[in-house]
Amino acid sequence: MSILVDQSTRLVTTGITGSEGTFHTLRNRDYGTQVVAGVTPGKGGQNVDGIPVFNTIAEAVDKQGANTAMIFVPPRFAADSILEAEEAGIELIIAITEGIPAHDELRAFQIISKNGRARLIGPNCPGVLSPGKANVGIIPAAFFKQGNVGVVSRSGTLTYQVGNELAQQGFGNSSIVGIGGDPVPGTDFIDVLTLFEADPETELIVMCGEIGGDAEERAADFIAAHVTKPVVAYIAGFTAPPGKQMGHAGAIVSGSHGTAAAKAAALEAKGVDVGRTPTEVAQLAMSKLGTPAN
Amino acid sequence: MDLLEYQGKMLFARHGVPVPSGRPARSVDEAVAAAEEIGYPCAVKAQVQIGGRGKLGGIKIAADAQQAREHAGAILGMDIRGLTVYELWIEGASQIASEYYASVVFDRGAKAPLVMLSTRGGMDIEAVAEEDPDAIAMLHVDPLLGFQAFHGRRLAFEAGVDADVVRPVGEMLAKLYEVFISEEATLVEVNPLIITPEREVRALDAKVTLDNNSLFRHPENAELRDLSAEDPQERMAHDRGLTYVKLDGNIGILGNGAGLVMSTLDVVKGAGGEPANFLDAGGGSKADAIVSAVEVILSDPKVEAVLFNIFGGITRCDEVARGLIEAFELVKPQVPFVVRLDGTNDKQGRAILAQANLPGVYTEATMDAAAAKVVELAG
Ligand SMILES: Nc1ncnc2c1ncn2[C@@H]1O[C@H](COP(=O)(O)OP(=O)(O)OP(=O)(O)O)[C@@H](O)[C@H]1O
Ligand SMILES: [Mg+2]
Repeated sequence: MSILVDQSTRLVTTGITGSEGTFHTLRNRDYGTQVVAGVTPGKGGQNVDGIPVFNTIAEAVDKQGANTAMIFVPPRFAADSILEAEEAGIELIIAITEGIPAHDELRAFQIISKNGRARLIGPNCPGVLSPGKANVGIIPAAFFKQGNVGVVSRSGTLTYQVGNELAQQGFGNSSIVGIGGDPVPGTDFIDVLTLFEADPETELIVMCGEIGGDAEERAADFIAAHVTKPVVAYIAGFTAPPGKQMGHAGAIVSGSHGTAAAKAAALEAKGVDVGRTPTEVAQLAMSKLGTPAN
Repeated sequence: MDLLEYQGKMLFARHGVPVPSGRPARSVDEAVAAAEEIGYPCAVKAQVQIGGRGKLGGIKIAADAQQAREHAGAILGMDIRGLTVYELWIEGASQIASEYYASVVFDRGAKAPLVMLSTRGGMDIEAVAEEDPDAIAMLHVDPLLGFQAFHGRRLAFEAGVDADVVRPVGEMLAKLYEVFISEEATLVEVNPLIITPEREVRALDAKVTLDNNSLFRHPENAELRDLSAEDPQERMAHDRGLTYVKLDGNIGILGNGAGLVMSTLDVVKGAGGEPANFLDAGGGSKADAIVSAVEVILSDPKVEAVLFNIFGGITRCDEVARGLIEAFELVKPQVPFVVRLDGTNDKQGRAILAQANLPGVYTEATMDAAAAKVVELAG
């Protein structure tokens, strides 16, 4: 097993005819993901290397049975595309686009959660990879193989770095999930921890956070209460200069100043080991699971 | 984008939030002229993008022209938590019966706007939050429903505001929410929100953060930059679409993705080095972005060695390699570079670099090895 994407994924890419959209969709298909459609308004009837292009997401669902959408349209149109996917009945929406206005994100998230039909991953995320099964997004899949470590991360490139350190120690992954670093992530650490906890293939969870916000602190509480599998964490930004704090509201809400040290302390207080470098994360994983068989 | 107090107050005025009238000033003479126009007593306020100015002497009340001159002279050029004061805001002094606190903020945890109100505003609100969190009334707003009049009343009652101002305080909160939504802010904070002896409600301070990603819809706000607060190198980077933060060390750092760059700083520091900067070339860094990045990094004369740490997802390593070659042709760096390329098209990227055989460029396979090498080279 794995979470979120696998052999049953039937992908439609919105913004498929853009250069990034084309490049990464074809890479996903080369990896083995079932890419069934693309959408670019006005380009219906064309195809991208054999992938049929439609004018609307609803058509891609009707004609091709798409169940997962990858959003690759420019930021100012991205929320619209996310909502179009939701209304078309897509179950999993993975939004790669970076730079979506925060209030657009907020509105899209609220509508999705109110309707309760779809899950949104991202925006501003690298996507989801279930090695050996499917890759939806921009994660360079060649570095990862199938295995028992689930990875969830706020930062794209950091995900690859940590995943790669694990791979060098011989670990494979059940799934790698980039949740993105935006103010309103569609899916957060707690959601993904819940999925990994329920996934029989996942035996260890690696969680990569970074400075800012209080998602790591909330995850720490959740892990203590609901996660039985071992969790190893990494927080980037220990040496980052203290950001200037504008108002007081942020600190009042989170009761934390979002520093790496505060996050690591919150996690360690709940019994989660925190690696100080990506390499140390892999070593901690080894101490929890033993050296991988191969 | 963080606004200065007076820029925030100008947004407030646009949405009918009552604020004292005032004038900005960049010199002592301008400040005195502004004070003469406004009348006395007036407040002379340092304009820097940071809180706690009052406690640090950045806000003074002037009773006459001579005091206005003295205060302006003392505050201009002052250092407030690392920021130099280049600009003042002179506004009519208000008489204060009560100081409240009000804000609207993006609550990432709840994924909804959060409106807060407290009767214990003023300069110690953080202490109140810590010691007596119940003294701050909070309400999450469903953005699809919006902030209704009853929400304002509920918060005002819960916070325990004086009975005679429940309605106007509630209305004030509705206006602040309106600023938050229509200007696409991520923070709107008023501390203090005052009640005057005449029982008028007024915003005496304004801290507003706007969402950079929505500035294309607000061209007039996009102009509101505080150029004086920006480091010249940071401005150069900003103009070229790069995220750059200057630090104190001698090792230039470039990476793709904020998380990886932060992690790189941690690892370089762990290896005994001192990073000179944070530079995120962003997702999908194209060759010209790399050229700009090299120019920005090398414009800091303290840099003695540079580390490129790239793990390509949307970024293609061959593009990065081409950009580096171009940058070497244009900039002719005099310091060594350590380059680590992994991820999308990494083999092509490394092959391109090997073929170019650039002077003083070392390639490393891992982040730890690359950090160790650059620390050794920087000496
Ligand atoms: N126009 C004014 N008239 C009278 N008093 C004023 C005026 N402006 C500010 N003050 C006083 O100075 C104090 C501090 O001012 P203000 O809140 O604007 O700055 P600050 O100290 O940077 O705020 P914060 O502590 O919220 O970051 C106020 O609480 C108020 O008592
Ligand atoms: Mg204040």
